[in-house]
Amino acid sequence: MSSITNIGQRLYRGEVSYDFVGRWKRWYIFSAIILLVAVGSLAFRGLNLGIEFRGGADFAIPNATCSVSEAREVAEAETGGQTIVTVASSGTMRVQTIPLTSAESIELSESLGGVCGVAASEITVQVVGPTWGAEISSKALQGLVIFLVLVTIFLSIYFEWRMAIGALVALAHDLVITVGIYALFGLEVTPATAIGVLTILAYSLYDTVVVYDKVKENTRGIAGQSVMTYDEAANLAVNQTVVRSINTSLTSLLPVLAIIIVGAGLLGAGTLLDLAVALAVGMAAGTYSSIFIATPVLAQLKRQQPEMKALGARVQARRKQAAKATATAGDSGGDSAGDSAGDGSGAAAGATTTASPASPEELRKLARVQSGERHQPKRKSRRKRR
Amino acid sequence: MAPPATSKPGRSLIALIVLLIGGVVWAFWPGTDSSVRLGLDLQGGTQVILVPQPVVEGTQITDEQLAQTVEIIRARVDGLGVAEAEVTTQGSGNSAAIVVSVPGLGQDRVVELVQRTALLNFRPVWNVLSPFPIDPADADAADGDAAESADESASDGGAQSAEIVQAPDYSPEFQAEVDALDCIDPVNLAGGTPDDPTEWLGACDQSGGQKYVMEPAFIEGVSVTDANAQLTQQGIGWVVTLEFDSEGAGALAEASTELSALPECGSGATPCNAFAIVLDGVVVSAPRFNEPILGGQAQIEGDFNVEEARDLANVLKYGALPVTLDVVDITSVSATVGGDQLRAGIIAGLIGLALVSIYLLLYYRVLGLVAVMSLAVAGGLLYLFVVIFSKTIGLTLTLAGVAGAIVAVGITADSFIVYFERMRDELRDGRSLRQACDSGWVRARRTLLAADFVTLLAAVVLYFLSIGSVRGFAFILGLTTVIDLIIAFWFTHPVVVLMGRRKFMQGGSKWSGLDPERLGGHSALDTLAGQSRRKRRDDYQSSTADDTAGDTAGDTAGDAAEVRS
Repeated sequence: MSSITNIGQRLYRGEVSYDFVGRWKRWYIFSAIILLVAVGSLAFRGLNLGIEFRGGADFAIPNATCSVSEAREVAEAETGGQTIVTVASSGTMRVQTIPLTSAESIELSESLGGVCGVAASEITVQVVGPTWGAEISSKALQGLVIFLVLVTIFLSIYFEWRMAIGALVALAHDLVITVGIYALFGLEVTPATAIGVLTILAYSLYDTVVVYDKVKENTRGIAGQSVMTYDEAANLAVNQTVVRSINTSLTSLLPVLAIIIVGAGLLGAGTLLDLAVALAVGMAAGTYSSIFIATPVLAQLKRQQPEMKALGARVQARRKQAAKATATAGDSGGDSAGDSAGDGSGAAAGATTTASPASPEELRKLARVQSGERHQPKRKSRRKRR
Repeated sequence: MAPPATSKPGRSLIALIVLLIGGVVWAFWPGTDSSVRLGLDLQGGTQVILVPQPVVEGTQITDEQLAQTVEIIRARVDGLGVAEAEVTTQGSGNSAAIVVSVPGLGQDRVVELVQRTALLNFRPVWNVLSPFPIDPADADAADGDAAESADESASDGGAQSAEIVQAPDYSPEFQAEVDALDCIDPVNLAGGTPDDPTEWLGACDQSGGQKYVMEPAFIEGVSVTDANAQLTQQGIGWVVTLEFDSEGAGALAEASTELSALPECGSGATPCNAFAIVLDGVVVSAPRFNEPILGGQAQIEGDFNVEEARDLANVLKYGALPVTLDVVDITSVSATVGGDQLRAGIIAGLIGLALVSIYLLLYYRVLGLVAVMSLAVAGGLLYLFVVIFSKTIGLTLTLAGVAGAIVAVGITADSFIVYFERMRDELRDGRSLRQACDSGWVRARRTLLAADFVTLLAAVVLYFLSIGSVRGFAFILGLTTVIDLIIAFWFTHPVVVLMGRRKFMQGGSKWSGLDPERLGGHSALDTLAGQSRRKRRDDYQSSTADDTAGDTAGDTAGDAAEVRS
């Protein structure tokens, strides 16, 4: 634990820095491969929709004493349609049939109960009409679209439109991966899965908002200096929040894992388990994308801005000059350009600059200079102490 | 600039405690029901989702029709006498859904109940009585088959549905039973007890103003082919026109010829010249025949206003429901499975809470303790709110809601982490602990508000646009987000500030979770002495000097910095 804290402080001070923003190609390729697999699975395997979406009847028979074939025979004889019978680890038998009318489902649950030695009242029944699923789905989609519009407006006002786009890209990334995993492994999609996916929406955005808030803070007034580029400031923000990201991911995943363990162990498949699996995948993707996707996308959008282009050029020019000065003055050791050359490997490598990047010390200084607000409480507290 | 952070943490804490105590007292006031209402998936029972379809294709279902439908179904479900059975609507217009939840019952009874179209009968009126019950002692004395059948109908309908009296033939015993019927009791006016059309009937008027004794039905509701509210030809007042199929028309012609020759009702004559329209055991209307009706088309006149005329027409046309209902989803969960799911949810929640607590304690030490306490208070607050909302707006806790609460453990812990990491950042910048508690909070607060706003937005949109289990989840998600903010503002931050004033924390013990040495800041003593600040200023000046030494661009940075400071 202490070593994490230690890394945390070094990351914060910029002594250890990983170039999340500069190595965007790597992350994009990695994500592209996963997304391809996800989209491919969706296209070729499709989603295994639960009866809630395609219509049908589902009978869960606890402690069934009948065999799978017996149950199937009874169900198929009565419904005249294809029936799927599975047995969960908890000993509960699930019988899934084609859509039934309410009278048919009452009849079938009684005959299933008769065959399997269970009272009909002990059988958990779910009957869903064939059009109902489509209705739920269209409502969920409608909600999704409205939510996305609202959240885009909010992010555009609170941050700026580029950040809204970055956040939406990260969000789409997480959703496609989650849905793709469901297609790839043929996991059943139920309303609980939909709930899980919708939670991921909120979670993924929460993560991105936290990182972007730090980016916003680090880049306040960045156009008025020439020590570091936007990319570097953004990268520093990611580095500064990476420990938080890991911690929050762990604390969010722990309860979800608890659900998976309890859900799988005690209940067999069920609402809780369906929900938790979607959440686990989505949260992992959400943490990844807030670090590796959201900020690089933002930095690339920002690079198109004229002020940021000018800033990049200015920083580059200044660094060249500094390098020249160092070369003529010899290695006096004291100045910052020398420092940066010394631990250049650990420093943020601006993707747009070819000259030596800002040293960690410089970045730290800049961050301090920029946070003008800090001077206020400081003075106040000093007064208080007197 | 951000407003100054709380300098009086005690106040926030006291405010929270007052709020908590107030809430607890209100929610758990002795004598009131303070249990959490459990969804059917947690206690067993049947839920049926019905989608109303307009009777005329392509028309829109009005809110009024929807409300009327729900009212009728509710009356029937209440008739089951099951506590906590509920009928709710979600959405509106043609995309509305009606959710009927009945705990503890299997699918067969519930489905039969909601799908049944109400029974509508037309009966000749034998006589009209005052609504008050006449001495029940007389009724007790008279027992025969009338009393038996009365018992039967009572047990059939359960405690909550209207009481009616039926007998195969008119007899003094039957009359005595009817006399004992209490038409002042609102239960007897709500309907919900279908009557046997082949028997005599004693029932109340819808308004409770009269009590009717009626002969066996001469037309059943299915014979009505159309009914409409219309303005009278004079254009004053409303009438209801009725059309019957050929069988109904024949029966109507016969009955009207016979009845219209009889004396006026209310004059004590038996039988009299009115017929009663009976719906599920309640007299909806009892018009009198003015003349024989031979063409199969009738017109009911009365002092109707437009609403009354429409309601009556609707009752006549649809039996009772102004819409047709499609059963789209039946979920029936046995009590055993419901209990298992509840237990699994609680166990998963506790395990999740324990794992997160252990992690927070290991990583943040004493600060982690604050986080664990905050989680505990958040949990308590959630329980309190669920109880309060169960009481006030009828919130039911479903499995999806439980899952939402479990997920919220992690999301609530998130906000503490954001705050703590911010504090640590401030310490790394060389702030004193007291300053870090406040300035870290000012920054974390903004992030928390923005991030929680997004979550809340998701919850609100989901709640208003979704159906079924998603709604329950969205409610809990929104609730926990609000609780998250309450806890962060009124508990976690004040407690951290209070602790930050203690020597133990200020000394930067390695158990505090805020040891400046370990965080890479300046040593605690340094910080206390304010040396770091001086040091920092030196750093800062040398940095600006560096900048200006370089080039003109450097000047800008220096200037900017000066302007700011």
